[in-house]
Amino acid sequence: MDKLKLVEMTQLKSDRPEFGPGDTVNVHVRVVEGDKERIQQFQGVVISKRGSGVNTTFTVRKISDGVGVERVFPLHSPRIAKIERVKEGKVRRAKLYYVRRLAAKAVTQKTSA
Amino acid sequence: MSGILGKKLGMTSIFDENGQMIPCTIIEAGPCYVTQIKTKEKDGYDAVQLGFDEIKERLVNKPMKGHFKKSGVRPLRLLSEFRNFNGMKLELGAEVKVDLFHQGDTVDVTGRSKGRGFQGVVKRHHFGGVGMTTHGQSDRVRAPGSIGGSSFPSRVFKGMRMAGRMGGDRVTVKNLKVLKVIADSNILIVKGSVPGAINSYLEIVKQG
Repeated sequence: MDKLKLVEMTQLKSDRPEFGPGDTVNVHVRVVEGDKERIQQFQGVVISKRGSGVNTTFTVRKISDGVGVERVFPLHSPRIAKIERVKEGKVRRAKLYYVRRLAAKAVTQKTSA
Repeated sequence: MSGILGKKLGMTSIFDENGQMIPCTIIEAGPCYVTQIKTKEKDGYDAVQLGFDEIKERLVNKPMKGHFKKSGVRPLRLLSEFRNFNGMKLELGAEVKVDLFHQGDTVDVTGRSKGRGFQGVVKRHHFGGVGMTTHGQSDRVRAPGSIGGSSFPSRVFKGMRMAGRMGGDRVTVKNLKVLKVIADSNILIVKGSVPGAINSYLEIVKQG
């Protein structure tokens, strides 16, 4: 198994901050349009983080124009330029799927310390 | 066409240059040693016998010891023949390493599939089963159905697909792309899955 880990290690990004469910993060995503590249930001609440090693992914949820939007990112994807932890959250669950049923205000209440 | 022997280490994902996540299999390939060279004049065909995975001297019987002594290599667990070794002039005892392959090559990988034991027709031959679970039926869901006529032909044809031992077959997966070669640690990374369990042996043949 050691050699498998060795391969995985080369894929991991060391600049990823520590964050977990309930935290508000700002994800800087590299978007390629034609031959140009720009950064798109996606800010929202982390509602799940799963997997290990290269296969770690996290889900960010935000309300955009009254519509809930969720995006799943691989944590070590080279397409993610930067992850900023905007706000620390305090939650009692590892997976916050229940916030989908809540109003925006309730979500803030549930995830604030 | 040249090849190498290897061992499946497991699966993981790596990111490609576009940032796409690619499923891949990590193979410990080689180093292999040439244990015998077969020639048209002597054996009727051209082939190179490669050996892989060193073992202790005491695990080898006398005839095999002699065979390894002839090529001057240490005892190996697995021996396999490769035909038409790409016109490469290999000497007895020569080392064949993973740097034979390069990123972007296509390879065929052969291994022994995982044994599944005695399995029914639904799993083994992808039958659909018979009938429904309701209307009083309770035992036909995974049944094979009819296996032939009664008055004619009054027998079951040979090769009729039925339940039985599944898996443990020699399986080849063709046209796998080499994603990466790490020569100093003998690692070959191919896209997708290969047959067999972790730590099982594989034959990797380069195309063209």
